[in-house]
Amino acid sequence: MTQTMQDEGYVTADGRKIGGVMMEMKNITLRFGGVKAITDISFDIRQGEIRAIIGPNGAGKSSMLNVISGFYVPQEGEVFFHGKKRPPMKPFEVARQGIARTFQNIALFEGMTVLDNVMTGRLNYMHTNILQQAIWRGKAEQEENENREAVEKIIDFLEIQSIRKTPVARLPYGLKKRVELARALAAEPKLLLLDEPMAGMNVEEKEDMSRFILDVNDEFGTTIALIEHDMGVVMDLSDRVVVMDYGKKIGDGTPDEVRNNQAVIDAYLGVSHD
Amino acid sequence: MAQSSQAAGGTMSIPALLLRNASEFGDKPAYREKQFGIWQSWSWKQTEAEVRNLALGLINMGVNEGDFIAIIGNNRPQLYWSMVAAQSVGAIPVPLYQDAAAEEMAYVLDHCGARYVIAEDQEQVDKVLEVQDRLHQFEHMIYLDPRGMRKYDHTRLHDYAHVQEQGHAARDELTPELQARRAKLNYETVCVMLYTSGTTGKPKGVVLSNRNIIESAKSSAEFDNLGPGEEVLAYLPMAWVGDFIFSLGQAYWTGFCVNCPESPETTPSDLREIGPTYYFAPPRVFETQLTNVMIRMEDAGKLKKWLFDTFMAQAKRVGPDILDGKPVGLLDRLKYKLGDIFIYGPLKNTLGMSNVRVGYTAGEAIGPEIFQFYRSIGINLKQLYGQTEASVFITVQPDGEVRADTVGVPAPGVELKISDTGEVYYRSPGVFEYYYKNAESTADTKDAEGWVATGDAGFIEPDTGHLRIIDRAKDVGKMADGSLFAPKYVENKLKFFPNILEAVVFGNGRDKCMAFINIDMSAVGNWAERNNIAYSSYQELAGHTKVYAAIQAHVEEVNRSIAEDEMLSGCQVHRFLILHKELDADDGEMTRTRKVRRRIIEEKFADLIEALYAGKTEQYTETEVTYEDGRKGKISATLEIRDAAIAPIRTQKVAAE
Repeated sequence: MTQTMQDEGYVTADGRKIGGVMMEMKNITLRFGGVKAITDISFDIRQGEIRAIIGPNGAGKSSMLNVISGFYVPQEGEVFFHGKKRPPMKPFEVARQGIARTFQNIALFEGMTVLDNVMTGRLNYMHTNILQQAIWRGKAEQEENENREAVEKIIDFLEIQSIRKTPVARLPYGLKKRVELARALAAEPKLLLLDEPMAGMNVEEKEDMSRFILDVNDEFGTTIALIEHDMGVVMDLSDRVVVMDYGKKIGDGTPDEVRNNQAVIDAYLGVSHD
Repeated sequence: MAQSSQAAGGTMSIPALLLRNASEFGDKPAYREKQFGIWQSWSWKQTEAEVRNLALGLINMGVNEGDFIAIIGNNRPQLYWSMVAAQSVGAIPVPLYQDAAAEEMAYVLDHCGARYVIAEDQEQVDKVLEVQDRLHQFEHMIYLDPRGMRKYDHTRLHDYAHVQEQGHAARDELTPELQARRAKLNYETVCVMLYTSGTTGKPKGVVLSNRNIIESAKSSAEFDNLGPGEEVLAYLPMAWVGDFIFSLGQAYWTGFCVNCPESPETTPSDLREIGPTYYFAPPRVFETQLTNVMIRMEDAGKLKKWLFDTFMAQAKRVGPDILDGKPVGLLDRLKYKLGDIFIYGPLKNTLGMSNVRVGYTAGEAIGPEIFQFYRSIGINLKQLYGQTEASVFITVQPDGEVRADTVGVPAPGVELKISDTGEVYYRSPGVFEYYYKNAESTADTKDAEGWVATGDAGFIEPDTGHLRIIDRAKDVGKMADGSLFAPKYVENKLKFFPNILEAVVFGNGRDKCMAFINIDMSAVGNWAERNNIAYSSYQELAGHTKVYAAIQAHVEEVNRSIAEDEMLSGCQVHRFLILHKELDADDGEMTRTRKVRRRIIEEKFADLIEALYAGKTEQYTETEVTYEDGRKGKISATLEIRDAAIAPIRTQKVAAE
């Protein structure tokens, strides 16, 4: 399948249209001092796609995600976003480009309510200054109402109405993950990066999260790149999978192709590395 | 009442009532639903337009008179409208339990032969699609929430809003047809078909006519003075007859407002925001709420705890009397008033019950302590006794005559009789027409004169006229001396103690009653923790002497309360033991809905029953258990058997205080 992919995109087995290349990694190498985290990796993410990055522990997946998000700047190689080469950027500039993410270790404001946490995801859509907000007349009020409406739609979408006013610290782990997804969605991203969205969840929570990821992709047309350990989940959810091991790309393709790739099987089942 | 001014025929069907309300109440809210965090409301006028458009849409889709339309989902205004729209076009709405599995739905959908299904969301649509091959009459499905369904094959699927639009677009052409169909509706027309949950065998479709529903709604609304100003929260399953009467029958008769929660999980906070004036909940809900309050009070500061305890004691003493309008001293009234400011008021507010004028509980027995708690803080909680076949109402408690141990007097228009076997029979305008496609059951339940068997045994108190339900008729037996044996009655009394999870009482045909007790692990475990009682297993805790002592006190208290009852005083528990394992559905000892299976327990623990009657003080036993993964094992224990003190039987009937 990989070779048939032209720039116009392709159609998946279940009839979803995948668009052209949204983001392209070209020969990325990332080093921390003497340690090579990523070695010469190239792949692309297409418009509307669910793209997974998998690999054993320490394979460099999270580093790769941080390169995509612009948090790490690779020493070698280039990142193209919408066809343009991306210069080193500050996190807020990345967010403005339409990239949002969740974290492997939940990074929410624990003392704030779910609603307030999700509202922080709207920061890029708030333009009034601190003085206007203090006076709270006209523009500031209107802006808050618009943003609240957008947030309520996401709360409804992720079915977290019942915990709207609950402080995050009081929530169980699975729900916190969902709140984090809500906050990322509040930014109305074009590209959503999920760092192990199902880690530490039970089967039911995983099923819920999988459904939400598919629904987000389907309803909002959001492109999703995710890292995940649960192979069953990855194979079911993603359109294409990149497999990494020891910082190198060892496979790339549809779940079926990857599943039958000898290098991938070796990496997962374990053979001696010379 | 305002209704009497209406011409006859204007109130002979639910759609007719809707038209009346739209002209009489116009802009007054009929429905509210919380969407995206904000309460949206629809006036009676808007409701009429919504229902009309949907009805036109249904005709447009080819719905015929007499078709069955299944309705599946949580309480949503649109689903209530669907029922009325179905009635408007001469079809019969069949609401289904939204949490039923696809298999269970398949039976009901096939049994009624529903051609159309109106489903809330993807979850419900998926369930119907899963079993559609087996549904020969099923043709089209309408869904409310389009989320996730873009990729579905839409040859048989339709968006609710789209159906309404199409109906509206074709209004010039179809309105005469709608009016003609609506004009044919009368008291004899079928209003709704509701499936009983079916504790024995397959569910039965209870057919209720407009007469049943409207007469029941009318007389019950008059009984409690319900007016157009009431607010209710519709949160109980739409397939349940109670919700149909409260949220549709009474709402359309009186014109009050029905509020739908945002989601099932948000119900408690929605309840607080709405503050219903008329409220219904099964005992389980009241129980859970009370437990939550008590747990939170345990964690409260000293001062708050003291305030709570002091004023709750005062409430317990005089609260119910104040509510019933009985004479109470001035000082007590003042203290109660003070308590209302500090404790009862805020508590009612937290529970969402500040405005409750009439509250009902039914379905099963409610613990007297729980019942009294709500009444003591000024919530007019009452009991009613009813069933689907009666359009709910058989007996209700009038204001001022509320007691925990009776279910009230016959509802307006209801006649009661008790058969020789003690079974309760009733006859009323609410009595169902027939069971759909089940003439045999219809004949078994309803006789030629219209008397319906409830399946419950009970008696009418001679001095007050209140009905008391003792037990399921089939469980009631006779002791050796001929006196009445009602195991469930005793078991319920035992189960009202938090420490007792389950109890099984034996004594049919014997001279004495004996009991098995199951302790409630969470309550007893908590108690053990607070009292530094070490234990390593359920079995060890169950056999602890201090636990035995506590349970013995409970049993003896129950005996004292049973002794007050002349008819049932023979059911006092003479000896008991605490079982070494929890009765479990996996072991076949209970049904999945946690009802005790007497026969199986009698067989399985025959050695223990024998030991109880033989007067032994302990007994060794081995029991086979099934683990959750399906493996089987054996547990053995030597169980202590204790005697419980028997209270002297009072020959004089003691009047309720």
